[in-house]
Amino acid sequence: MSEQRIKTLLLVEDNPGDVRLTQEAFRNANKSVDLHVASDGVEAIAFLKHEGKYANAPRPDLILLDLNLPKMGGHQVLAFIKNDHGLKMIPTVVLSCSDAEADIVKSYQLQANCYLTKPGLLDAFQTLVESMSDFWLSRAALPPERLTT
Amino acid sequence: MNPIFPTTLLLVEDSPGDVRLTQEAFRDANQAIRLHVAWDGAEAMAFLNRLGANINAPRPDLILLDLNLPKMDGREVLAQIKEDDSLRTIPTVILTTSKAEADIDKSYRLRANCYLNKPVELEAFEALVKSINDFWLTRVKLPQQRPVG
Repeated sequence: MSEQRIKTLLLVEDNPGDVRLTQEAFRNANKSVDLHVASDGVEAIAFLKHEGKYANAPRPDLILLDLNLPKMGGHQVLAFIKNDHGLKMIPTVVLSCSDAEADIVKSYQLQANCYLTKPGLLDAFQTLVESMSDFWLSRAALPPERLTT
Repeated sequence: MNPIFPTTLLLVEDSPGDVRLTQEAFRDANQAIRLHVAWDGAEAMAFLNRLGANINAPRPDLILLDLNLPKMDGREVLAQIKEDDSLRTIPTVILTTSKAEADIDKSYRLRANCYLNKPVELEAFEALVKSINDFWLTRVKLPQQRPVG
């Protein structure tokens, strides 16, 4: 997409270290993104549904979703998003430590837009975030903010 | 992706020129790709469902789908893929000249994994194919052949 509007991302991640690394990786990649963080599945849904303190939360252009989350697991959050008429079109990227085929297949069954495994090494993580943001934020056409139809 | 195994792609595209360009661009990007072509929507579904002459058709790791197709429209192909329990886990990338927001929104609603605009300029098209290879066939965890459950 050629538009230069800053993209809004929702990162659903409970590990503060991973949150910090993701924020730094976007910064290092020179990607200006409006990155919001939900630290568990329930908070993610509240953000997306504008509940409580999230009454004015923006609609994310892209969701980065960890699978192992407290309160409500990532697969459940994914199922919720992809069954919600107002949310299902938001590309949702699973970003998980799990390499298990069952987790990968289940995520695609639940309509994850793509599945990425979080590498353990810092450099590899940086490269992954760069490649993910290059593809999703620069190449892919993302759904329009609001469609009048 | 494990580089030992060739990656199977199904390109659903009715324009011979675009097919040729895509084949050439993938050949440059990745030697391990087996690119199959379906020239219309009905042929794509026959390939995926192994009907008639397609009885030995491989299951693609990734589908590249044009929207405007003869016989069966790309939107209908997408809907059928994503309604099929076995086929729905195959990542399906829309590759189209349409930049219409309605097409983008509708494709994501029909569970396209990603929506890409086909650039007209040759170099930009080659760069796009390279980015599909670098992201979808290198970074992303694709489901292995058959769904496990």
